[in-house]
Amino acid sequence: MRKLFIPNDTSAVAMGSNLVANRFEELIKNKSLDIQIIRNGSRGMFWLEPLVEFESDFKRFGFQSVDLSEVESILEFICDDSFDAALNKHPKFLGETESIEYFKKQQRLSFFRSGLGDPLCIDHYSSLEGFTGLKKALEMQPQQIVDEVKNSGLRGRGGAAFPTGIKWQTVLDTAHSKKYIVCNADEGDSGTFADRLLMESDPYQLIEGMIIAGLAVNANQGYIYLRSEYPFAHATLNTAISRCYAEGILGQNVLGKKICFELEVRLGAGAYICGEETSLLESLEGKRGLVRSKPPLPAIEGLFGCPTVVNNVLTLGAISTILCKGSDYYKNYGTGRSRGTLPVQLSGNIKRGGLIEIPFGISLREIVEDFGGGTFSGNPVKAIQVGGPLGAFVDRDKWDTPMDYEAFSAINSMIGHGGIVVFDDQINMFDQARFAMEFCAIESCGKCTPCRIGSTRGLEVLDKISSKKDVEDNLILLEELCDTMEHSSLCAMGGMTPFPVKSAVELYKEDFT
Amino acid sequence: MGLNLDYKAELDNIIRDHIDMEGPLLPVLHAVMARFSHIPKDAIPIIARKLNLSSAEVSGVVSFYHDFKKEKVGRHKVQICRSEACQAMGSRELEVHAKKSLKVDFGESTNDDLIFLEPVYCLGNCACSPSVRIDDEIHARVTPSGFDKLISDLRSVNHHKARNS
Repeated sequence: MRKLFIPNDTSAVAMGSNLVANRFEELIKNKSLDIQIIRNGSRGMFWLEPLVEFESDFKRFGFQSVDLSEVESILEFICDDSFDAALNKHPKFLGETESIEYFKKQQRLSFFRSGLGDPLCIDHYSSLEGFTGLKKALEMQPQQIVDEVKNSGLRGRGGAAFPTGIKWQTVLDTAHSKKYIVCNADEGDSGTFADRLLMESDPYQLIEGMIIAGLAVNANQGYIYLRSEYPFAHATLNTAISRCYAEGILGQNVLGKKICFELEVRLGAGAYICGEETSLLESLEGKRGLVRSKPPLPAIEGLFGCPTVVNNVLTLGAISTILCKGSDYYKNYGTGRSRGTLPVQLSGNIKRGGLIEIPFGISLREIVEDFGGGTFSGNPVKAIQVGGPLGAFVDRDKWDTPMDYEAFSAINSMIGHGGIVVFDDQINMFDQARFAMEFCAIESCGKCTPCRIGSTRGLEVLDKISSKKDVEDNLILLEELCDTMEHSSLCAMGGMTPFPVKSAVELYKEDFT
Repeated sequence: MGLNLDYKAELDNIIRDHIDMEGPLLPVLHAVMARFSHIPKDAIPIIARKLNLSSAEVSGVVSFYHDFKKEKVGRHKVQICRSEACQAMGSRELEVHAKKSLKVDFGESTNDDLIFLEPVYCLGNCACSPSVRIDDEIHARVTPSGFDKLISDLRSVNHHKARNS
């Protein structure tokens, strides 16, 4: 029997993969062909979606951007016994999927399973080293697990890049009868989708990482706080969790051991600020998502006042790799104090947008030009925003900066969650600066004045600038306002909104005067 | 809008299904939204009493989150992503077009109560932007004419449903 793979994740479906799958199913049935359709996750090469693959001699071959009208011809090519020669003639034939430069140049640790098979099949996950890390962790003492994580050099992938092992050590060392593992799956930054892809294409990796975290700090309750903008990930996670309960991977006896770990998904309700960890905890407790003052750290007083590990999806996902392959293996990737790999998400006005997992250290230019292939429109690149809506626009002279946490912070930028949004020369940077302030005004939790009032005043000042009222004076005022927000806001929302605003003014002054 | 007795029984059931959870308020409000498509004013004191909260606390939570609506809205939720990756691919024009063709602003429902239009800040489909969400379905690379097609499909599905019921 031949196997046909048709991706099933938010982006593939949005690009039409369900319609394509239905058409294939219909034709295979009508023609009584011996072909099995597998709905795999996505490989993250979203510009090729729907990327239909078939297997031959244990190799996978792809067809890109498959349209309904091409389904029949693709089936004919696949069924042709002399297919090797014939395939090259099909306009959408890509050759061997893993030989595509974009894919070949990546080093996939977190996403190596993504797109290979049915994301919800536990056997498939197990056959690709799934749950190996968990089995090892079950034989280890909590301190040994924490030491492994410390040694790996893993830093939080949500954006703040705090060393994960140190956070875990604090939770382990804090004596309490109840502790929690909370996964921050409120991936609100525009231009980021790595968490979503992992949850939709390899959900067991996250679940495994959370159980290991529970073992490491003696916590037996986990919550995944998922944004409501991700309905597909919600459904996938719920199915994955219920299958884990049925298989004894979650519940009272994890893999037959006297270890309990319970896990539940909780939906956010459309508030960007709930991606901030303390606001997320408030929201989980059923309150308004107001940011808490720190200290106390969540690791000491987190959810319901109990010691709590709050980690991003990718951080927890990386844990299963670290335990499976060893911390030294993981540490081998990367540069300086940025260890492991970085899942970059390339989007916006870009020819080849998608997920690119690479070791830290590659330059921004290589990503945008070599991987991305320039803009979608074909116009010149005007601006690149790195690190989400709170990230700065990066100066053209700095596009050769290597992607690592320290190098980016040295140029007053941040990698954050790894989102890169590209704009062509049709964009007006005044509009983008205004949007940054507007977004902050809409999404501010309102607890601290610089963010709550500052963002609204920022909008007003920008509107005066656009109506050419005392432009120079108002630009000075805007800068002072940005300084106030940056230095006196309670959290990154108010504290970093000035970054895109200031960098837009500084680098694209012509759009403001 | 007030609640009649039947609705109260349903509300009681929803609360009972969630009462044993830790931090049950958001799950309760999501369930109420799913059932009534808004949080009825009269439901707030009932939820508050059962969850041992004040009405002010519940109201505060309802007003904080974009997902919870105080008034009934159109049957289908149409969201246009306004985030940067979508802006880079023309979502600003799409936004203007959508408001004009549906004759509503963000936060409003069409005259026939079929469509509620609102902004959204990222659907995680940024590599294939601009993105639009209609109920739980996400659409990629939506042009103004593509948007009109999605809306006319939505209307015709509803028209058929209405005729067949």
